[in-house]
Parts: sequence; structure tokens; C-alpha cells
Amino acid sequence: MNTELHEKRIPIIKIGNFLIVSIQVDMHDKLAIQLQSQILEEIEKTGAKGVLIDISVLEMVDSFIGRMLSGMASMASIMDAAVVIIGMQPAVAITLVELGLEMTGVDTALNMEKGMEMLERRIRGEYFELN
Amino acid sequence: MLQLTSDNNWEELGKHVIETEHDIVSVRQYIRYHAKELSMGIIDQTRITTAVSELLRNMYNYGGGGVVTIEKGVVDEKNALIVTCVDQGQGIENIDLALSDGYTSGKGMGYGLPGAKRLVDRFEIKSEINKGTIVRVMKWK
Repeated sequence: MNTELHEKRIPIIKIGNFLIVSIQVDMHDKLAIQLQSQILEEIEKTGAKGVLIDISVLEMVDSFIGRMLSGMASMASIMDAAVVIIGMQPAVAITLVELGLEMTGVDTALNMEKGMEMLERRIRGEYFELN
Repeated sequence: MLQLTSDNNWEELGKHVIETEHDIVSVRQYIRYHAKELSMGIIDQTRITTAVSELLRNMYNYGGGGVVTIEKGVVDEKNALIVTCVDQGQGIENIDLALSDGYTSGKGMGYGLPGAKRLVDRFEIKSEINKGTIVRVMKWK
């Protein structure tokens, strides 16, 4: 059947210090968990300082995917990388709040450009603190 | 088998078996499609799709899968999309507890049932230990 198609990995692209992940499919739970570990492995391998996760195509984020995204942010921060969620649709944001998910600690940006600026500021800020 | 009262005037739009995680993804898409067909707004489409997604996950994780029926009909003089999820799993011991925020039997974070309930206009549930659970949600157009 078409299981092979379903099991396809979601591509992670590295640009400079950042990883860019664009979720283009309606994820089932296993795929979401797989993506989570895939991103963490990639952070370890590349030493990326930031991850941009584009969810602008996602028409629905339920409690599982919401938890996966916020868990992702805390795990990445332990690995010294920041996560910014890009392009959440208004209906998705409303539903998440009504569902009761607070998504604490998750940074969001309206688009990729703003998300990148956010991460760059963050990295500069960290260096500033160190000096 | 557990049952909830139905109305013969409801029209069945689809009946789907949930056996794998892929079935959950495709039923989510059917729900959105039918919500759109009923000309619900984008936010209501998202609410009912998300609510059903939570129910399907419960069904898959705790009920060993089950059957979802999608119907449309008039309920209390309102056009409604009606989604009924039936499983023959372990059942829920304490429904009030399962419906309270933050309660979880282990795997989740406890947003599933109470969250789904908040997202819909009507929520009905019946469960019997070792027989199964039936949950029906409705969203008005």
C-alpha cells in the first residue's frame, strides 16, 4: 500500500546556524514523535543554535501535536538551541487555547523572516551576555 | 453494544474504521471536508476536526480502535454535523474524572476529553467497563 509514502521523513534543512523544518503533511502521532527526535539529532550533529518550524500549512494542531511542539522547544533549549514556530493559522491558535494548551515557552513568529530575526537577536543577545 | 439515541432524520455521510494512525489522519480530513460542505466557518471547521482528532486518539490508544460515523441532521432546530465514535475497549471507569481538566490515565496530559468537549456544541458520552465507550460530538452550522 502507500505506507512507504506515509513513513517518509520530513526534511530538515540547515542554513547557517539554523535548521528549517517545514511541515507539509498532516502528521500522525508516530510521525510527530519521529520528527521530534530527528530535529534533536540534527541539532546535535550540526550544533545549530536555532530551529524554525513552519506550520503554516497545518490546518489543525491537536493536543498531541501541540505537546510535541512545546516539548520540542524545551528539549532544544536544554541542547542550547532556540525553537520558533512559524505561521500558525489563526483558527489553529484559537483552537489550541480553547483546548487548554498553553504552549508555554514556545516562541512564535508570523513568518519565516520575522522568525529568523527573532533567532538572530536571541543569538546576539546571548553573545552579548557572555562578553 | 452501547448506544446513544439517534434521530432517523439524520443523514449518514460516512462510516470509517479506525485501526491505524493513518486512519486517524484520513478521518480528520473527512471531518473537515464535511464541515466545509455544511458551510461552517474556518474556525468551526478547525474546532470540530480537532475535537474529533482527540476522540480518535483515545479510541486508538485506549479502545483498541473502533468505528466513526459522520452524519448531518437537524438537532434542536439547528443544522448539525454529528460525529459518533464507538469502541469496544476497556471503557472509562469514572467519566466525570475523565472529563475534568488535567486528568490523565497515564499516556496523555489530560486535554483529550475535556478539550474536545469545549470545542463542540454538544457532547455525549456513555461508557461501560470492559464493554467500550461511545462518544458523540455535534457542531452547529
